[in-house]
Amino acid sequence: MSPFTKLLAVASIEFRVALRNRWLILATGVMTLFSLALTFSGAGGLELKAGILTLAAASLATLSVYLIPLIALLISYDSIAGEVERGTMALVLATPISRGALLAGKALGLIAVLAIAIAASLTISSAAAIFAYGMDMSGLAAIVRLGLTGLLLGAVFVAIGMMISVASPRAGQAAAVAIGVWLVATVLYDLALLAGILADKEGVFTKALFPYFVTANPGDAFRIFNLAGLENAAPVSGLDGIANTLPFSATYALVGLFAWLVAALAAGYFQIRRLTP
Amino acid sequence: MTAGTAQNPILKIDGVGVTFADLKALQDVSFNVEPGEKLALLGHNGAGKSTLFKCVLGFLKPAAGRITVAGDAPGSDHARRSVSYLPEQVAFPRMLTGIEIITYFAKLKSVDPREALPLLDLVGLSQAGRRRVGDYSKGMRQRLGLAQALIGKPDLLLLDEPTSGLDPVSRREFYEIIDRVAQEGAAVLLSSHALTEVEGHVDRIAILSKGRLVADGNIKALAEAARLPITIRIKAREGQADALSDRFGGTRINGRSVELSCEPGAKIDLVSRLTQRREEIDDIDIALPSLDDIYRFYSNRAEKGDAA
Repeated sequence: MSPFTKLLAVASIEFRVALRNRWLILATGVMTLFSLALTFSGAGGLELKAGILTLAAASLATLSVYLIPLIALLISYDSIAGEVERGTMALVLATPISRGALLAGKALGLIAVLAIAIAASLTISSAAAIFAYGMDMSGLAAIVRLGLTGLLLGAVFVAIGMMISVASPRAGQAAAVAIGVWLVATVLYDLALLAGILADKEGVFTKALFPYFVTANPGDAFRIFNLAGLENAAPVSGLDGIANTLPFSATYALVGLFAWLVAALAAGYFQIRRLTP
Repeated sequence: MTAGTAQNPILKIDGVGVTFADLKALQDVSFNVEPGEKLALLGHNGAGKSTLFKCVLGFLKPAAGRITVAGDAPGSDHARRSVSYLPEQVAFPRMLTGIEIITYFAKLKSVDPREALPLLDLVGLSQAGRRRVGDYSKGMRQRLGLAQALIGKPDLLLLDEPTSGLDPVSRREFYEIIDRVAQEGAAVLLSSHALTEVEGHVDRIAILSKGRLVADGNIKALAEAARLPITIRIKAREGQADALSDRFGGTRINGRSVELSCEPGAKIDLVSRLTQRREEIDDIDIALPSLDDIYRFYSNRAEKGDAA
Protein backbone atom coordinates (compact mmCIF):
# COMPACT_ATOMS: atom_id res chain seq x y z
CA MET A 1 0.00 0.00 0.00
CA SER A 2 1.29 3.44 -0.88
CA PRO A 3 2.18 6.00 1.78
CA PHE A 4 -0.86 7.95 0.63
CA THR A 5 -3.21 5.04 1.36
CA LYS A 6 -1.80 4.86 4.89
CA LEU A 7 -2.17 8.63 5.25
CA LEU A 8 -5.84 8.32 4.28
CA ALA A 9 -6.31 5.44 6.76
CA VAL A 10 -4.95 7.67 9.53
CA ALA A 11 -7.13 10.59 8.41
CA SER A 12 -10.25 8.43 8.35
CA ILE A 13 -9.60 7.05 11.86
CA GLU A 14 -8.89 10.54 13.21
CA PHE A 15 -12.11 11.81 11.66
CA ARG A 16 -14.10 8.91 13.07
CA VAL A 17 -12.73 9.42 16.57
CA ALA A 18 -13.54 13.15 16.42
CA LEU A 19 -17.02 12.28 15.18
CA ARG A 20 -17.67 9.83 18.03
CA ASN A 21 -16.20 12.18 20.60
CA ARG A 22 -18.94 14.64 19.48
CA TRP A 23 -16.39 17.21 18.28
CA LEU A 24 -18.00 17.45 14.85
CA ILE A 25 -21.52 18.02 16.18
CA LEU A 26 -20.23 20.47 18.80
CA ALA A 27 -18.18 22.50 16.31
CA THR A 28 -20.98 22.55 13.74
CA GLY A 29 -23.58 23.48 16.35
CA VAL A 30 -21.60 26.35 17.86
CA MET A 31 -20.63 27.77 14.48
CA THR A 32 -24.16 27.51 13.08
CA LEU A 33 -25.56 29.24 16.12
CA PHE A 34 -23.13 32.15 15.83
CA SER A 35 -23.57 32.43 12.04
CA LEU A 36 -27.33 32.63 12.36
CA ALA A 37 -27.13 35.18 15.17
CA LEU A 38 -24.65 37.41 13.32
CA THR A 39 -26.45 37.12 9.98
CA PHE A 40 -29.79 38.24 11.37
CA SER A 41 -28.45 40.86 13.79
CA GLY A 42 -26.57 42.37 10.82
CA ALA A 43 -29.85 42.81 8.97
CA GLY A 44 -30.27 46.13 10.82
CA GLY A 45 -27.64 47.59 8.47
CA LEU A 46 -29.70 46.87 5.36
CA GLU A 47 -30.50 50.57 4.86
CA LEU A 48 -26.75 50.96 4.03
CA LYS A 49 -27.67 49.38 0.69
CA ALA A 50 -25.37 46.43 1.24
CA GLY A 51 -26.84 42.96 0.71
CA ILE A 52 -27.76 40.80 3.70
CA LEU A 53 -24.99 38.29 2.96
CA THR A 54 -22.37 41.02 2.49
CA LEU A 55 -23.20 42.35 5.95
CA ALA A 56 -23.16 38.82 7.33
CA ALA A 57 -19.74 38.16 5.76
CA ALA A 58 -18.36 41.27 7.44
CA SER A 59 -19.63 40.26 10.87
CA LEU A 60 -18.61 36.64 10.40
CA ALA A 61 -15.08 37.60 9.31
CA THR A 62 -14.67 39.35 12.65
CA LEU A 63 -16.11 36.53 14.72
CA SER A 64 -14.38 33.67 12.87
CA VAL A 65 -11.02 35.07 13.90
CA TYR A 66 -11.81 33.96 17.46
CA LEU A 67 -14.01 30.94 16.92
CA ILE A 68 -12.21 28.99 14.18
CA PRO A 69 -8.76 29.05 15.86
CA LEU A 70 -10.37 28.07 19.17
CA ILE A 71 -12.16 25.04 17.70
CA ALA A 72 -9.09 24.08 15.63
CA LEU A 73 -6.85 24.12 18.73
CA LEU A 74 -9.44 22.25 20.81
CA ILE A 75 -9.67 19.34 18.38
CA SER A 76 -5.91 19.12 17.75
CA TYR A 77 -4.07 19.66 21.04
CA ASP A 78 -4.75 16.07 22.19
CA SER A 79 -4.05 14.34 18.88
CA ILE A 80 -0.44 13.29 19.60
CA ALA A 81 0.23 13.99 23.30
CA GLY A 82 -3.04 12.30 24.29
CA GLU A 83 -2.21 9.18 22.30
CA VAL A 84 1.27 9.01 23.79
CA GLU A 85 -0.21 9.43 27.27
CA ARG A 86 -2.89 6.78 26.76
CA GLY A 87 -0.34 4.41 25.26
CA THR A 88 -1.94 4.08 21.83
CA MET A 89 0.90 5.80 19.97
CA ALA A 90 3.66 3.21 20.49
CA LEU A 91 1.70 0.61 18.52
CA VAL A 92 1.17 2.94 15.58
CA LEU A 93 4.80 4.06 15.48
CA ALA A 94 5.92 0.41 15.51
CA THR A 95 4.10 -0.18 12.19
CA PRO A 96 5.71 0.72 8.87
CA ILE A 97 4.04 4.13 8.47
CA SER A 98 6.27 7.16 8.04
CA ARG A 99 5.93 9.74 10.78
CA GLY A 100 5.33 12.44 8.21
CA ALA A 101 2.36 10.51 6.81
CA LEU A 102 1.05 10.00 10.34
CA LEU A 103 1.21 13.73 11.11
CA ALA A 104 -0.29 14.73 7.76
CA GLY A 105 -3.03 12.09 8.04
CA LYS A 106 -4.08 13.25 11.48
CA ALA A 107 -4.08 16.89 10.34
CA LEU A 108 -6.17 15.98 7.29
CA GLY A 109 -8.77 14.15 9.42
CA LEU A 110 -9.13 17.12 11.76
CA ILE A 111 -9.25 19.65 8.92
CA ALA A 112 -12.10 17.57 7.45
CA VAL A 113 -14.00 18.06 10.73
CA LEU A 114 -13.52 21.82 10.43
CA ALA A 115 -14.47 21.79 6.74
CA ILE A 116 -17.80 20.16 7.52
CA ALA A 117 -18.48 22.47 10.46
CA ILE A 118 -17.69 25.60 8.43
CA ALA A 119 -19.57 24.47 5.32
CA ALA A 120 -22.65 23.38 7.28
CA SER A 121 -22.86 26.53 9.42
CA LEU A 122 -22.41 28.93 6.48
CA THR A 123 -24.85 26.99 4.31
CA ILE A 124 -27.54 26.98 6.98
CA SER A 125 -27.20 30.67 7.91
CA SER A 126 -26.95 31.85 4.28
CA ALA A 127 -29.91 29.77 3.19
CA ALA A 128 -31.96 31.18 6.06
CA ALA A 129 -30.95 34.75 5.12
CA ILE A 130 -31.75 34.27 1.43
CA PHE A 131 -35.09 32.77 2.38
CA ALA A 132 -35.91 35.74 4.63
CA TYR A 133 -34.47 38.68 2.63
CA GLY A 134 -33.93 37.43 -0.93
CA MET A 135 -30.88 36.70 -3.04
CA ASP A 136 -27.59 38.61 -2.75
CA MET A 137 -25.13 37.35 -5.37
CA SER A 138 -22.08 39.43 -4.46
CA GLY A 139 -22.72 38.63 -0.81
CA LEU A 140 -22.84 34.92 -1.65
CA ALA A 141 -19.41 35.19 -3.26
CA ALA A 142 -18.15 36.87 -0.08
CA ILE A 143 -19.54 34.01 2.01
CA VAL A 144 -17.84 31.39 -0.19
CA ARG A 145 -14.57 33.30 0.06
CA LEU A 146 -15.06 33.50 3.82
CA GLY A 147 -15.64 29.77 4.06
CA LEU A 148 -12.58 28.82 2.02
CA THR A 149 -10.21 31.21 3.79
CA GLY A 150 -11.79 30.24 7.12
CA LEU A 151 -10.82 26.64 6.37
CA LEU A 152 -7.28 27.80 5.60
CA LEU A 153 -7.24 29.68 8.92
CA GLY A 154 -8.52 26.54 10.64
CA ALA A 155 -5.87 24.41 8.95
CA VAL A 156 -3.18 26.79 10.21
CA PHE A 157 -4.39 26.39 13.79
CA VAL A 158 -4.84 22.62 13.45
CA ALA A 159 -1.18 22.49 12.36
CA ILE A 160 -0.18 24.75 15.27
CA GLY A 161 -2.23 22.64 17.69
CA MET A 162 -0.56 19.46 16.43
CA MET A 163 2.87 21.05 16.69
CA ILE A 164 2.08 21.88 20.34
CA SER A 165 0.76 18.35 20.84
CA VAL A 166 3.89 16.70 19.43
CA ALA A 167 6.15 18.86 21.57
CA SER A 168 4.21 18.33 24.83
CA PRO A 169 4.93 15.38 27.10
CA ARG A 170 1.38 15.52 28.54
CA ALA A 171 -2.00 16.28 27.01
CA GLY A 172 -2.81 18.63 29.91
CA GLN A 173 0.27 20.67 29.19
CA ALA A 174 -0.61 20.76 25.49
CA ALA A 175 -4.07 22.11 26.41
CA ALA A 176 -2.56 24.89 28.54
CA VAL A 177 -0.13 25.91 25.81
CA ALA A 178 -2.90 25.81 23.18
CA ILE A 179 -5.11 28.16 25.23
CA GLY A 180 -2.13 30.46 25.73
CA VAL A 181 -1.43 30.51 21.99
CA TRP A 182 -5.09 31.26 21.29
CA LEU A 183 -5.11 34.21 23.73
CA VAL A 184 -1.93 35.67 22.29
CA ALA A 185 -2.89 35.15 18.64
CA THR A 186 -6.46 36.45 18.82
CA VAL A 187 -6.46 39.00 21.64
CA LEU A 188 -3.11 40.05 23.08
CA TYR A 189 -1.31 40.47 19.76
CA ASP A 190 -3.88 42.97 18.49
CA LEU A 191 -3.92 44.79 21.82
CA ALA A 192 -0.15 45.14 21.65
CA LEU A 193 -0.37 46.52 18.11
CA LEU A 194 -3.01 49.05 19.19
CA ALA A 195 -0.85 50.09 22.12
CA GLY A 196 2.04 50.50 19.69
CA ILE A 197 -0.01 52.79 17.45
CA LEU A 198 -1.20 54.90 20.39
CA ALA A 199 2.34 55.31 21.74
CA ASP A 200 3.87 55.93 18.34
CA LYS A 201 1.55 58.77 17.21
CA GLU A 202 1.87 58.35 13.43
CA GLY A 203 5.60 57.55 13.58
CA VAL A 204 7.72 54.89 11.84
CA PHE A 205 5.92 52.05 13.56
CA THR A 206 2.48 53.05 12.37
CA LYS A 207 3.51 53.91 8.83
CA ALA A 208 6.17 51.35 7.96
CA LEU A 209 5.96 48.39 10.32
CA PHE A 210 2.35 48.09 11.40
CA PRO A 211 0.92 46.72 8.10
CA TYR A 212 3.48 43.91 8.12
CA PHE A 213 2.96 43.11 11.78
CA VAL A 214 -0.79 42.91 11.36
CA THR A 215 -0.55 40.71 8.26
CA ALA A 216 1.87 38.38 10.03
CA ASN A 217 -0.87 37.33 12.45
CA PRO A 218 -2.91 34.56 10.82
CA GLY A 219 -6.22 35.75 12.29
CA ASP A 220 -5.67 39.35 11.22
CA ALA A 221 -4.50 38.22 7.79
CA PHE A 222 -7.73 36.26 7.36
CA ARG A 223 -9.85 39.23 8.42
CA ILE A 224 -7.96 41.74 6.27
CA PHE A 225 -8.29 39.57 3.18
CA ASN A 226 -12.03 39.08 3.64
CA LEU A 227 -12.84 42.69 4.52
CA ALA A 228 -10.77 43.97 1.59
CA GLY A 229 -12.88 41.73 -0.62
CA LEU A 230 -16.04 43.50 0.54
CA GLU A 231 -14.77 46.79 -1.05
CA ASN A 232 -16.25 49.20 1.48
CA ALA A 233 -19.68 47.68 1.01
CA ALA A 234 -19.92 47.06 4.72
CA PRO A 235 -19.02 49.25 7.66
CA VAL A 236 -15.71 48.35 9.27
CA SER A 237 -13.97 49.75 12.28
CA GLY A 238 -10.88 49.52 14.47
CA LEU A 239 -7.91 47.56 13.24
CA ASP A 240 -9.92 46.42 10.25
CA GLY A 241 -9.81 49.91 8.79
CA ILE A 242 -6.23 49.08 7.96
CA ALA A 243 -7.46 46.68 5.31
CA ASN A 244 -8.08 49.60 3.03
CA THR A 245 -4.77 51.34 3.63
CA LEU A 246 -2.31 48.47 3.25
CA PRO A 247 0.80 49.34 1.21
CA PHE A 248 0.45 45.96 -0.57
CA SER A 249 -2.34 43.85 -2.04
CA ALA A 250 -4.54 42.05 0.49
CA THR A 251 -3.82 38.86 -1.45
CA TYR A 252 -0.45 38.79 0.31
CA ALA A 253 -2.39 38.14 3.50
CA LEU A 254 -3.28 34.76 2.00
CA VAL A 255 0.39 34.10 1.27
CA GLY A 256 1.03 34.76 4.95
CA LEU A 257 -1.60 32.19 5.94
CA PHE A 258 -0.07 29.55 3.67
CA ALA A 259 3.37 30.34 5.08
CA TRP A 260 2.02 29.72 8.60
CA LEU A 261 0.52 26.40 7.52
CA VAL A 262 3.76 25.18 5.95
CA ALA A 263 5.88 26.41 8.87
CA ALA A 264 3.66 24.80 11.52
CA LEU A 265 3.52 21.47 9.66
CA ALA A 266 7.31 21.54 9.15
CA ALA A 267 7.89 22.23 12.85
CA GLY A 268 5.50 19.41 13.75
CA TYR A 269 7.31 17.05 11.38
CA PHE A 270 10.68 18.00 12.87
CA GLN A 271 9.35 17.23 16.35
CA ILE A 272 7.51 13.99 15.54
CA ARG A 273 10.66 12.47 14.03
CA ARG A 274 12.26 12.72 17.46
CA LEU A 275 9.20 11.52 19.38
CA THR A 276 9.83 8.54 21.68
CA PRO A 277 6.54 6.96 22.75
CA MET B 1 8.27 -11.25 4.06
CA THR B 2 11.59 -13.03 4.33
CA ALA B 3 12.20 -15.60 7.01
CA GLY B 4 15.71 -15.94 8.33
CA THR B 5 17.61 -19.21 8.43
CA ALA B 6 19.32 -20.84 11.40
CA GLN B 7 22.57 -19.11 10.47
CA ASN B 8 20.69 -15.90 10.08
CA PRO B 9 18.99 -14.82 13.33
CA ILE B 10 15.96 -12.64 12.88
CA LEU B 11 17.09 -10.51 15.82
CA LYS B 12 20.74 -9.82 16.64
CA ILE B 13 21.62 -7.83 19.72
CA ASP B 14 25.32 -7.18 20.05
CA GLY B 15 26.92 -5.33 22.95
CA VAL B 16 24.04 -2.90 23.38
CA GLY B 17 24.31 -0.13 25.97
CA VAL B 18 21.79 2.60 26.81
CA THR B 19 22.33 5.38 29.34
CA PHE B 20 19.69 7.77 30.69
CA ALA B 21 21.39 10.72 32.40
CA ASP B 22 23.52 8.88 35.01
CA LEU B 23 21.54 5.62 34.93
CA LYS B 24 23.00 2.76 32.92
CA ALA B 25 19.73 1.24 31.66
CA LEU B 26 21.46 -1.40 29.53
CA GLN B 27 25.08 -2.51 29.59
CA ASP B 28 26.76 -4.73 27.03
CA VAL B 29 23.68 -6.85 26.31
CA SER B 30 24.12 -9.48 23.59
CA PHE B 31 21.89 -12.30 22.37
CA ASN B 32 20.24 -13.55 19.21
CA VAL B 33 16.78 -14.88 18.46
CA GLU B 34 16.39 -17.46 15.70
CA PRO B 35 13.32 -17.95 13.52
CA GLY B 36 10.80 -20.23 15.23
CA GLU B 37 12.40 -19.73 18.63
CA LYS B 38 10.52 -18.60 21.73
CA LEU B 39 12.69 -16.62 24.12
CA ALA B 40 11.54 -15.15 27.42
CA LEU B 41 13.32 -12.07 28.68
CA LEU B 42 13.05 -11.99 32.46
CA GLY B 43 13.79 -9.20 34.87
CA HIS B 44 12.43 -7.13 37.72
CA ASN B 45 10.68 -3.85 37.03
CA GLY B 46 13.38 -1.48 35.89
CA ALA B 47 15.77 -4.25 34.81
CA GLY B 48 15.81 -2.83 31.27
CA LYS B 49 13.33 -5.07 29.45
CA SER B 50 11.15 -2.29 28.07
CA THR B 51 14.21 -0.20 27.23
CA LEU B 52 15.59 -3.09 25.18
CA PHE B 53 12.24 -3.45 23.39
CA LYS B 54 12.25 0.25 22.57
CA CYS B 55 15.71 -0.19 21.06
CA VAL B 56 14.55 -3.14 18.93
CA LEU B 57 11.59 -1.04 17.72
CA GLY B 58 13.87 1.84 16.84
CA PHE B 59 12.28 4.23 19.37
CA LEU B 60 15.59 4.53 21.24
CA LYS B 61 19.07 4.64 19.74
CA PRO B 62 21.59 2.65 21.81
CA ALA B 63 24.69 4.59 22.80
CA ALA B 64 26.80 1.47 22.28
CA GLY B 65 26.52 -1.76 20.33
CA ARG B 66 24.39 -2.79 17.40
CA ILE B 67 20.96 -4.29 16.81
CA THR B 68 19.69 -5.75 13.56
CA VAL B 69 16.12 -6.83 12.87
CA ALA B 70 15.83 -9.10 9.80
CA GLY B 71 19.25 -7.80 8.76
CA ASP B 72 18.28 -4.13 8.93
CA ALA B 73 18.56 -1.29 11.41
CA PRO B 74 15.72 -1.04 13.97
CA GLY B 75 13.07 1.44 12.91
CA SER B 76 13.90 1.08 9.20
CA ASP B 77 10.99 0.34 6.91
CA HIS B 78 12.05 -3.28 6.40
CA ALA B 79 12.62 -3.82 10.13
CA ARG B 80 9.18 -2.42 10.96
CA ARG B 81 7.61 -4.69 8.35
CA SER B 82 9.26 -7.69 9.99
CA VAL B 83 8.46 -6.98 13.62
CA SER B 84 5.16 -6.77 15.47
CA TYR B 85 4.80 -5.26 18.89
CA LEU B 86 2.43 -5.81 21.79
CA PRO B 87 3.12 -3.29 24.56
CA GLU B 88 2.49 -3.91 28.21
CA GLN B 89 -1.00 -2.57 29.05
CA VAL B 90 -1.97 -2.31 25.40
CA ALA B 91 -4.40 0.52 24.66
CA PHE B 92 -6.51 1.48 21.66
CA PRO B 93 -8.72 4.49 20.95
CA ARG B 94 -11.78 3.76 23.11
CA MET B 95 -14.28 5.01 20.56
CA LEU B 96 -13.28 2.50 17.86
CA THR B 97 -14.56 -1.06 17.46
CA GLY B 98 -12.38 -4.17 17.32
CA ILE B 99 -13.06 -4.53 13.60
CA GLU B 100 -12.09 -0.91 12.96
CA ILE B 101 -8.85 -1.34 14.92
CA ILE B 102 -7.82 -4.47 13.00
CA THR B 103 -8.75 -2.84 9.67
CA TYR B 104 -6.73 0.24 10.59
CA PHE B 105 -3.60 -1.66 11.60
CA ALA B 106 -3.87 -3.92 8.55
CA LYS B 107 -3.76 -0.83 6.36
CA LEU B 108 -0.82 0.60 8.30
CA LYS B 109 1.00 -2.72 7.74
CA SER B 110 0.05 -2.85 4.03
CA VAL B 111 -2.06 -5.97 4.54
CA ASP B 112 -5.49 -6.51 2.98
CA PRO B 113 -7.96 -6.03 5.89
CA ARG B 114 -9.97 -9.04 4.65
CA GLU B 115 -6.95 -11.24 5.42
CA ALA B 116 -6.50 -9.69 8.86
CA LEU B 117 -10.08 -9.78 10.18
CA PRO B 118 -10.18 -13.59 10.74
CA LEU B 119 -7.56 -12.97 13.45
CA LEU B 120 -10.42 -11.72 15.63
CA ASP B 121 -11.85 -15.26 15.54
CA LEU B 122 -8.43 -16.71 16.36
CA VAL B 123 -8.18 -14.69 19.58
CA GLY B 124 -11.82 -15.33 20.47
CA LEU B 125 -13.20 -11.85 19.77
CA SER B 126 -15.49 -12.60 16.84
CA GLN B 127 -18.56 -11.75 18.95
CA ALA B 128 -17.05 -8.52 20.28
CA GLY B 129 -15.73 -7.22 16.94
CA ARG B 130 -18.52 -4.69 16.54
CA ARG B 131 -18.31 -3.38 20.07
CA ARG B 132 -16.26 -0.38 21.06
CA VAL B 133 -12.89 -1.04 22.67
CA GLY B 134 -13.90 1.24 25.55
CA ASP B 135 -16.33 -1.48 26.64
CA TYR B 136 -13.71 -4.27 26.48
CA SER B 137 -12.29 -5.93 29.58
CA LYS B 138 -8.54 -5.88 30.12
CA GLY B 139 -8.25 -9.44 28.88
CA MET B 140 -10.20 -8.60 25.72
CA ARG B 141 -7.96 -5.62 25.02
CA GLN B 142 -4.94 -7.88 25.41
CA ARG B 143 -6.48 -10.38 22.95
CA LEU B 144 -7.14 -7.58 20.49
CA GLY B 145 -3.52 -6.49 20.98
CA LEU B 146 -2.37 -9.99 20.10
CA ALA B 147 -4.59 -10.08 17.00
CA GLN B 148 -3.07 -6.76 15.97
CA ALA B 149 0.43 -8.14 16.48
CA LEU B 150 -0.30 -11.18 14.31
CA ILE B 151 -1.42 -9.14 11.27
CA GLY B 152 0.68 -9.94 8.21
CA LYS B 153 2.54 -12.92 9.73
CA PRO B 154 5.48 -11.00 11.22
CA ASP B 155 8.94 -12.62 11.42
CA LEU B 156 9.48 -11.39 14.97
CA LEU B 157 6.86 -10.92 17.69
CA LEU B 158 7.86 -8.58 20.47
CA LEU B 159 5.54 -9.07 23.44
CA ASP B 160 6.04 -6.92 26.55
CA GLU B 161 4.63 -8.75 29.59
CA PRO B 162 1.84 -10.13 27.40
CA THR B 163 0.08 -12.29 29.96
CA SER B 164 0.10 -9.99 32.97
CA GLY B 165 -3.51 -9.44 33.96
CA LEU B 166 -4.83 -12.45 32.05
CA ASP B 167 -6.77 -15.17 33.86
CA PRO B 168 -5.28 -18.70 33.74
CA VAL B 169 -7.58 -19.88 30.95
CA SER B 170 -6.84 -16.88 28.75
CA ARG B 171 -3.16 -17.29 29.52
CA ARG B 172 -3.18 -20.89 28.31
CA GLU B 173 -5.03 -19.91 25.11
CA PHE B 174 -2.55 -17.10 24.63
CA TYR B 175 0.41 -19.48 24.74
CA GLU B 176 -1.35 -21.92 22.40
CA ILE B 177 -1.52 -19.17 19.79
CA ILE B 178 2.12 -18.22 20.42
CA ASP B 179 3.13 -21.88 19.96
CA ARG B 180 1.30 -22.02 16.67
CA VAL B 181 2.90 -18.91 15.19
CA ALA B 182 6.34 -20.07 16.36
CA GLN B 183 5.76 -23.41 14.65
CA GLU B 184 5.03 -21.47 11.46
CA GLY B 185 8.49 -19.91 11.76
CA ALA B 186 8.01 -16.66 13.66
CA ALA B 187 10.49 -15.77 16.37
CA VAL B 188 8.92 -14.74 19.66
CA LEU B 189 10.61 -12.52 22.23
CA LEU B 190 8.43 -11.97 25.28
CA SER B 191 9.20 -10.34 28.57
CA SER B 192 7.99 -11.35 31.99
CA HIS B 193 8.90 -10.71 35.59
CA ALA B 194 8.35 -14.27 36.78
CA LEU B 195 9.95 -17.47 35.59
CA THR B 196 6.96 -19.47 36.79
CA GLU B 197 4.77 -17.64 34.27
CA VAL B 198 6.76 -18.65 31.22
CA GLU B 199 7.84 -22.14 32.31
CA GLY B 200 6.89 -24.74 29.74
CA HIS B 201 5.99 -22.09 27.16
CA VAL B 202 9.39 -20.95 25.89
CA ASP B 203 12.51 -22.61 24.50
CA ARG B 204 15.00 -20.35 26.16
CA ILE B 205 15.21 -17.71 28.84
CA ALA B 206 17.45 -14.69 29.20
CA ILE B 207 17.63 -12.83 32.51
CA LEU B 208 18.27 -9.12 32.71
CA SER B 209 19.31 -7.61 36.01
CA LYS B 210 20.11 -3.91 36.40
CA GLY B 211 20.64 -3.60 32.67
CA ARG B 212 22.98 -6.56 32.35
CA LEU B 213 22.33 -9.95 30.83
CA VAL B 214 23.10 -12.37 33.66
CA ALA B 215 21.82 -15.65 32.18
CA ASP B 216 20.93 -17.04 28.77
CA GLY B 217 19.95 -20.64 28.10
CA ASN B 218 17.21 -23.21 28.57
CA ILE B 219 15.67 -23.59 32.02
CA LYS B 220 17.18 -27.04 32.68
CA ALA B 221 20.71 -25.95 31.82
CA LEU B 222 20.38 -22.80 33.91
CA ALA B 223 19.06 -24.78 36.86
CA GLU B 224 22.00 -27.19 36.66
CA ALA B 225 24.55 -24.43 36.23
CA ALA B 226 23.18 -22.61 39.25
CA ARG B 227 23.97 -25.70 41.43
CA LEU B 228 21.32 -24.67 43.91
CA PRO B 229 21.07 -26.92 46.97
CA ILE B 230 18.30 -29.49 47.18
CA THR B 231 16.28 -29.48 50.36
CA ILE B 232 15.46 -32.80 52.02
CA ARG B 233 13.01 -32.73 54.89
CA ILE B 234 12.91 -35.80 57.09
CA LYS B 235 10.06 -36.52 59.43
CA ALA B 236 11.49 -38.63 62.25
CA ARG B 237 9.65 -41.32 64.16
CA GLU B 238 8.83 -40.63 67.82
CA GLY B 239 11.97 -39.65 69.73
CA GLN B 240 14.36 -40.18 66.82
CA ALA B 241 14.75 -36.57 65.68
CA ASP B 242 17.80 -35.85 67.87
CA ALA B 243 19.60 -38.97 66.67
CA LEU B 244 18.98 -38.10 63.02
CA SER B 245 20.04 -34.54 63.55
CA ASP B 246 23.26 -35.64 65.25
CA ARG B 247 24.08 -38.03 62.42
CA PHE B 248 23.20 -35.93 59.37
CA GLY B 249 23.40 -32.33 60.67
CA GLY B 250 20.82 -29.95 59.27
CA THR B 251 18.24 -27.89 61.06
CA ARG B 252 15.64 -29.09 63.56
CA ILE B 253 12.14 -27.85 62.82
CA ASN B 254 8.70 -28.57 64.29
CA GLY B 255 10.09 -30.89 66.97
CA ARG B 256 9.93 -33.99 64.82
CA SER B 257 11.47 -32.85 61.54
CA VAL B 258 14.99 -32.23 60.31
CA GLU B 259 15.81 -30.24 57.21
CA LEU B 260 18.94 -31.05 55.23
CA SER B 261 20.33 -29.43 52.16
CA CYS B 262 22.77 -30.89 49.69
CA GLU B 263 24.43 -30.26 46.34
CA PRO B 264 22.51 -31.69 43.37
CA GLY B 265 25.32 -34.22 42.76
CA ALA B 266 25.23 -35.51 46.36
CA LYS B 267 21.50 -36.19 46.36
CA ILE B 268 21.52 -39.94 45.57
CA ASP B 269 24.28 -40.57 48.05
CA LEU B 270 22.48 -38.75 50.84
CA VAL B 271 19.16 -40.44 50.13
CA SER B 272 20.75 -43.90 50.18
CA ARG B 273 22.42 -43.13 53.51
CA LEU B 274 19.06 -41.97 54.83
CA THR B 275 17.27 -45.14 53.76
CA GLN B 276 19.80 -47.13 55.78
CA ARG B 277 18.24 -45.49 58.87
CA ARG B 278 14.79 -46.59 57.68
CA GLU B 279 13.62 -47.50 61.18
CA GLU B 280 14.15 -43.95 62.50
CA ILE B 281 12.35 -42.19 59.64
CA ASP B 282 8.65 -41.71 59.12
CA ASP B 283 8.72 -39.80 55.83
CA ILE B 284 11.07 -38.00 53.41
CA ASP B 285 10.27 -34.95 51.26
CA ILE B 286 12.67 -33.85 48.52
CA ALA B 287 12.27 -30.27 47.28
CA LEU B 288 14.14 -29.30 44.13
CA PRO B 289 15.00 -25.63 43.79
CA SER B 290 11.94 -23.82 42.46
CA LEU B 291 11.94 -21.69 39.35
CA ASP B 292 11.72 -18.64 41.56
CA ASP B 293 14.84 -19.81 43.42
CA ILE B 294 16.71 -20.15 40.13
CA TYR B 295 15.56 -16.76 38.95
CA ARG B 296 16.46 -15.17 42.28
CA PHE B 297 19.88 -16.84 42.16
CA TYR B 298 20.81 -15.25 38.83
CA SER B 299 19.31 -11.88 39.67
CA ASN B 300 20.99 -11.69 43.06
CA ARG B 301 24.31 -12.91 41.76
CA ALA B 302 24.42 -9.90 39.47
CA GLU B 303 23.52 -7.55 42.29
CA LYS B 304 26.24 -8.95 44.54
CA GLY B 305 28.67 -8.54 41.64
CA ASP B 306 27.65 -4.89 41.54
CA ALA B 307 28.47 -4.38 45.20
CA ALA B 308 31.86 -6.06 44.95
